[in-house]
Amino acid sequence: MVIKGKVYKFGDDINTDDIIAAKYLDSQDSKFLGSCCMENIDPLFVKKIKKGDIIVAGKNFGCGSSREHAPLAIKGCGISLVVAKSFARIFYRNSINIGLPILTFKDTEKINNQDLLKVDLRKGEILNLTKKEKCFCEKFPLFMQEIINSNGLINWVKLNESKT
Amino acid sequence: MGLTLTEKVLLKHSLSGKLEDFIYAKVDFCFGNDITAPLAVKTFKQAGFNSVFNPRRIGFICDHFLPARDLNAANNVKFLKEFSKKFGIQNFFDINNCGVEHVFLLERGFIRPGNLVVGADSHTCTFGAMGCASFGVGSTDLAVALKEGRVWLKVPKTVRFIYKGKLNKWVFGKDLILSTIGRIGVDGALYKVMEFAGPVINKISMEDRLTMTNMAVEAGAKTGIIEPDDKTFEYLKSHRSQVSGQRKKQDLKSDKDAKYEDVIEIDVNKMEPQVACPHLPSNVKSVSALKGVKLNQVFIGSCTNGRISDLRVAAKLLRKKKIRKSLRAIVSPATPDIYKQAEKEGLLKTFLEAGCVLCPPTCGPCLGGHAGILDKGEVAIATTNRNFVGRMGHPESFVYLANAAVAAASAIKGRIAHPEEVV
Repeated sequence: MVIKGKVYKFGDDINTDDIIAAKYLDSQDSKFLGSCCMENIDPLFVKKIKKGDIIVAGKNFGCGSSREHAPLAIKGCGISLVVAKSFARIFYRNSINIGLPILTFKDTEKINNQDLLKVDLRKGEILNLTKKEKCFCEKFPLFMQEIINSNGLINWVKLNESKT
Repeated sequence: MGLTLTEKVLLKHSLSGKLEDFIYAKVDFCFGNDITAPLAVKTFKQAGFNSVFNPRRIGFICDHFLPARDLNAANNVKFLKEFSKKFGIQNFFDINNCGVEHVFLLERGFIRPGNLVVGADSHTCTFGAMGCASFGVGSTDLAVALKEGRVWLKVPKTVRFIYKGKLNKWVFGKDLILSTIGRIGVDGALYKVMEFAGPVINKISMEDRLTMTNMAVEAGAKTGIIEPDDKTFEYLKSHRSQVSGQRKKQDLKSDKDAKYEDVIEIDVNKMEPQVACPHLPSNVKSVSALKGVKLNQVFIGSCTNGRISDLRVAAKLLRKKKIRKSLRAIVSPATPDIYKQAEKEGLLKTFLEAGCVLCPPTCGPCLGGHAGILDKGEVAIATTNRNFVGRMGHPESFVYLANAAVAAASAIKGRIAHPEEVV
């Protein structure tokens, strides 16, 4: 899958309370959750982004709570991909489980806010169209690739069930 | 090559019988709360699943927005109740019989040493203090665990933290873990297990140990773990037992030649009570450096420090004293059993006479859910685990994290205070 979008940059340690404040967690609706995404740290975020835009962040993105509402909110507001130096572990597995594309890329400072990126998820290749640079992300372990290619954990479980 | 305790537990539960980079593992117990479980149940239903692996090994604990703060919260509880009824899940706990999950489940005997536990809540790592492999997961993970009783796991590396020296008065498990997070950072143990060991760990109480493993996730860890000893089994004896899985104590130790990613020694001799300043749990200072910080609210409770020992130490300081009139102090015993015990010991009376308000067992204030929200510019000290931007309410409010003694002393002084200042 190839994703093309403008970059919206965040710093280090963006936590799940930043992504979706706890007061909204009584909802399971990704559209509603999306409308409140990043409210605590950037109240205009959802107004500023366009469908398909890409979040690029520093280390430990998604730290804090286990709330799957966080990747759901990011998906729900129209973000197509999150690229970060590193991800907190529950956010990481939640994203893979629900099919929110994520990529680990050590040199996120090479990417600027508002850069236009074209990303080949399967190859882990980022083409920075603004800077005319190409770079490569960390590869997912094979096991995770299986889940990602099944488009999430539920489908992966069902596929495995039908195999056995 | 020897194995760590975590590796031993995972090996025992790995469906392939091997420890590969990734394993599919059998769970002994899985659970969710009134925030994460409704999402899991919706995912379960959307997937078309129509059976659960074992109703006795599933728990739903309604603790976050309870007592129901509004219609949505009430509806989520009802939704879980109906699902539980349909699938014969008896371990559905509503407010009439419930408490903060990571305290309540242990009290009710659902967690045993050597178990593999997954919970749709990040502080599931708390149970590692009992010598089990206990991991926080998301709602989709829980949906699959409900159906299959299985979970995918990356086998983590372990870092061993060895605490040495003599603990000063007013220094507790909370201070040990805060100081450790301050030292390694909020991603200092990312994807890894923090194994807590050494003479200090042997000496501290089970409740202090639970506070430490509770906050392992605040350093990015997959979980925290402590080898069970006599204290662990004594603690278990004092609680009910629901599930089997307890193994011989001898099996539940890391091998002498186990491979650690790192071994870090921490000298506690000079440690003062620690306080994490806004807005990260790693932003840690000694309490003496913060005596100028004025407060609007004090909260004593949560899965980190809402246990009976926390209430005892807070009440000891508050006895025959008043909290500062300029602030509010909220005390929430983590479970009904703790509430009852506190009543029996006269602690609740002490809190009330000092001017604190009592709140039923709930996660509410800790996550800015309800029952203690901060307004713009307000400052709180809390015995909880997170102090992120907006964690307890307004994005421009400020949360300091500390042990229960520091919280109680601060309530008396109206500012951050060392317990010695009020004795």
